[in-house]
Amino acid sequence: MNLILIAALSMAGLSLVLASGLVIASIKFAVENDPRVDRVLEALPGANCGACGFPGCSGLAKAIVEGKAPVNACAVGGATVSQKVASIMGVSDVGSSEDKKIARVICQGGNKEAKLKSDYRGVKSCRAASLVNGGPKACSFACIGFGDCAKVCPFDAITMSDNGLPSIDEEKCTGCGLCVKECPKFVIALTPKKNEVHVRCRATMKGKDTRDVCSVGCIACKRCEKSCPFDAIHVVNNVAVIDYAKCRNCMKCVEVCPTGTISAAFAERKKAVIGDKCIGCTVCAKNCPTGAIQGELKKKHEVNLELCIGCSICEEKCPKNAITMVRAGQKQESIKACNTK
Amino acid sequence: MLKDLFFIIVSTVLVNNFVFSRFLGHCPFLGVSNKTETAVGMGMATTFVLTMTAVAAYFIQSFILEPFGLTPFLQIVSFILVIASLVQLVEMAVLKISPALYNAFGIYLPLITTNCIVMGVALLIPQKGYNLIESTIFGLGAGLGFTLALVLMSGIREELEFSDVPEALKGPAIVFITAGLLAMIFLGFTGLAPL
Repeated sequence: MNLILIAALSMAGLSLVLASGLVIASIKFAVENDPRVDRVLEALPGANCGACGFPGCSGLAKAIVEGKAPVNACAVGGATVSQKVASIMGVSDVGSSEDKKIARVICQGGNKEAKLKSDYRGVKSCRAASLVNGGPKACSFACIGFGDCAKVCPFDAITMSDNGLPSIDEEKCTGCGLCVKECPKFVIALTPKKNEVHVRCRATMKGKDTRDVCSVGCIACKRCEKSCPFDAIHVVNNVAVIDYAKCRNCMKCVEVCPTGTISAAFAERKKAVIGDKCIGCTVCAKNCPTGAIQGELKKKHEVNLELCIGCSICEEKCPKNAITMVRAGQKQESIKACNTK
Repeated sequence: MLKDLFFIIVSTVLVNNFVFSRFLGHCPFLGVSNKTETAVGMGMATTFVLTMTAVAAYFIQSFILEPFGLTPFLQIVSFILVIASLVQLVEMAVLKISPALYNAFGIYLPLITTNCIVMGVALLIPQKGYNLIESTIFGLGAGLGFTLALVLMSGIREELEFSDVPEALKGPAIVFITAGLLAMIFLGFTGLAPL
């Protein structure tokens, strides 16, 4: 009985001493924290990817509250997160709300397409391989294919295909840009998510030289340039470049590209569908760059699906909002649904 | 006297290294030995806490547990209590005094609470009957030994990144094999100190 009493008392005493020590320490060593830091930290995605340049989300939260970083510094969170952070910080102006960007691979020269100039047997890393005479591929602009980008991606969005090319899951990619920084060959770029047409080559050699080393490289034939109804694609320095601000995803250039350098989800090309609201004003027919819309004045117009390139100009111009763009991959029913809308 | 202290250091760092010969603290040993930089940070933080714990354990053992005869059933409980509060105290103090050091320690400081070397040191001190100075040196030596093990392992693992490991042994497997080989190497120190 006595022993139990002593045990209880001594433990209580010990705990009391330690607890009071902690209380005193917490008062004496109290560090003033801005309460906004915690709230900003809560608003951030919490992926701790470090793409903003600060050590993790807590580092960025601190920097934002101290005014060292803008409220829209988190590329991963995008507009929604910067909105939240801005409201916590009491800033109405979020800053230029750029379009959401995601990373895309701008090289299609995998093991099958691109020729090799050397047999590299060193450390399996793109950075190391690129230091040896510019990498094993004959094209000095080509993806090396050891997957440094896949290793650095904190969101598991990049996988290496059997052909030795990275493929990026557009849903998982947050646009943090870590892979862009990691790639020694600069074949990953941040591009607007809404743009679907991309030139997957950056080789600036003359057309013949490119053809010699790669079957899918841009040979600067300028066919895309001529075909583009919107002046959005130009051959600069022997390689086609798309002006993403002008491009309307019509995929006309994809149709004409002889090497398949320009890629897009061609099967999912959009088509215009005119609904019953159409009053026959002919605005759409006048504006269609390919003359795909036919119809008489004051009668419902029809779209020639063969000619329609899915540029959605008619959708924008229609004063009655009678036109809907439908993915060609979608089923007939959804087109009907659009018609009755 | 001085000779004894020297032997305690040699014993805890090399001969009876806590990681390689007593097989304590393997979780952080395998967990944070990826990079030498973090290994050094973790080692320093652990050494610091170990030395403090050794002192605290000595006082509690000789002034509370032994006089009242509570050792058999309250030893572990009271040591857990002391270690947990000590780590918290150290964390608060470091945050206030040197935020840079706090950032360098990072997550490792609170993790030390569950490092079994700390408990091992606290329990071994009364067993060995060390006095205050010997206890302090014992704690310090344990920490240095842990740091040594961690830094050695991280150095090897950094080299392993660039070597051609057979597919089946990649990842944890080769790390376990390396740890086993290291432990066997440390067996060579047996008999270096008479403790």
